[in-house]
Amino acid sequence: MITNLIILPVLLQFSLAIILLFFWKKIEIQKKLSIVGSILSVIVAGTLFNTVYGSEILTLQAGGWMAPFGISFVADAFSTTMILLASLSSAAVSMFSIVTIKKARMKFGYFPSFHFLVMGLNGAFLTGDIFNLYVWFEVIIISSFVFITLGGKKVQIEGAVKYFTLNFLASMVFLTAIAVLYGLAGSLNMADLSGKIKSIENQGLVQVTAILFLVGFGIKSAIFPLYFWLPDSYHTPQAAISSIFAGLLTKVGIYALLRVFSLVFIPDEFMKTLVVILAGLTLVSGGLGALVQTNMRKMFSYLIVCHIGYMIGGLGMFTVAALSGAVFYLIHDIIIKTNLFLIGGLVYKINGELNMKRMGGIYANYPALSLLIAVPLFSLVGVPPLSGFWPKIDLFAESFTTSNYFLLGCFIFGSIITLLVITRFWSEAFWKKMENRERRPHIRYYDQAPAYEKALLIIPILFLSLISLYIGIGAENIFRLSDTIATELVDNSAYINAVLGLSK
Amino acid sequence: MRHLTFRTATTFLLPLLLLFSVFILLRGHYLPGGGFVGGIIAAIAFVLHAFAFGLRHTRKLLRVSPMLLMPTGLALAVLAAMLPFLQGLPIMTSLWLNEPLPVVGLAGSALLFDAGVYLAVLGVALTIIFTISESV
Repeated sequence: MITNLIILPVLLQFSLAIILLFFWKKIEIQKKLSIVGSILSVIVAGTLFNTVYGSEILTLQAGGWMAPFGISFVADAFSTTMILLASLSSAAVSMFSIVTIKKARMKFGYFPSFHFLVMGLNGAFLTGDIFNLYVWFEVIIISSFVFITLGGKKVQIEGAVKYFTLNFLASMVFLTAIAVLYGLAGSLNMADLSGKIKSIENQGLVQVTAILFLVGFGIKSAIFPLYFWLPDSYHTPQAAISSIFAGLLTKVGIYALLRVFSLVFIPDEFMKTLVVILAGLTLVSGGLGALVQTNMRKMFSYLIVCHIGYMIGGLGMFTVAALSGAVFYLIHDIIIKTNLFLIGGLVYKINGELNMKRMGGIYANYPALSLLIAVPLFSLVGVPPLSGFWPKIDLFAESFTTSNYFLLGCFIFGSIITLLVITRFWSEAFWKKMENRERRPHIRYYDQAPAYEKALLIIPILFLSLISLYIGIGAENIFRLSDTIATELVDNSAYINAVLGLSK
Repeated sequence: MRHLTFRTATTFLLPLLLLFSVFILLRGHYLPGGGFVGGIIAAIAFVLHAFAFGLRHTRKLLRVSPMLLMPTGLALAVLAAMLPFLQGLPIMTSLWLNEPLPVVGLAGSALLFDAGVYLAVLGVALTIIFTISESV
């Protein structure tokens, strides 16, 4: 059945999580199942993407209840791209987890929670119903609570409290916004809302609702000034966990913003200006935060915040080219941020240190590995022809043509800061000489690990770096994809017709 | 807690509560009730037993670990959601039997789903309560 193919990425992850629950105490089986399942999900996501991209939008009305009354699942180019990216990075993280997550933590349901989390992500990308989107967000944050507290160290609990409070607040704001919207329009189906929202008399209240959505999603995707929970909590869990957080959790907020603000609330001048200013401030404050950090993972966390600004900036300008740039950046960013935190985990395994001042000697000891790591780092900075460079062309050019010079300045500032920060990281961790220090007994160092463990550490990074390379070198294809998505976002009639079945 | 009256009452209450939980589960489609409440009531029955006779006996009575009930329940629910695939219908479409079953009445895939919820809730509630009372 072609329509049921849409829901398959969700069902697959769900079934996988259930099967893993049956093997609660048998960690070895869980590891293997998780890898196999993740590879399967990549295949499913690829199939779905292939079916949708370049042809028509697929819809599925759950339970056979027609839209706008039932819950619609919609697979268009944007959502299937996101699913593909999510399954690619979660496959890499699943493999990385096998050797980096401690046995004691795995025993408390690491892998089942992991697949519940990916299920939530897939659901959020696919749903066409705004309340259902909220439900998937809940699935995601409940699973992430498990992750962020797994281990139960003091610093983790401290991070978890901030994470929990802010994310709960975001959910409340989001839910309130949905309630107001339902009161105004009497519908929850996003395609249906798109038509109804224009005929509402009280446009002032609609504007307020839009701001509520912006705040709700803004907290989740860490926009200025709502980002401070992120650098405080993302550095506490283990590398594999924070890489899935970094790569996908903030991006699902961006996805929701792009979706809701292109489909339901079309930004007017006020909204555009507001979003542009927020984007600029996100870039500047995230960048400055990254600049002063000496803790590697905190610095990476601030870089996440900083780069969110690029995507939000693209949304703020709201032209096809700017949205295309934002979507391209999103594609690039999911892969690169996942990889960045995996690299952070690897560097920690090599050095046993999180403080950059006390790192060093990686290039001297592991030249080939350093070259591999250089690829994602340079992509992040945006060295042409690597992947970070291409979306910036679109974004910079559009901020010129729409004469958003403030945003342009912030874009440039963000890029320079990223360059500075990554250069410093490179020189501290890779080029500086390693001082001889005593090894700490409780860390499993990289060079003590057997060969297969080393392979399991390197392969995910290699895999994601290759994808980054492809995004950079095959930029033509990605441009075509992001253009298609941006065109669909601006001209949403195809989406609406597909959901409401008007074309027939 | 281990008073003779309490223990004797529990031996009578346990089957009654379990029957009642199944009744609540079955009436849940059109009337108040359903898998969630049914599961909670069933959990109460076992918790009562644990208070009266001690956890070890309750675990023996249960035979399966409550940890196993959770995935079983979830699996049933997913199965109910996926049953319409066989007929080429969208996910979670309600399927109904043509003839009513004895005792149960007219059953459909929604009942299977609810039974899954029942087991999952029972599993979760018992796992939480057992874990807490074992660690005290």
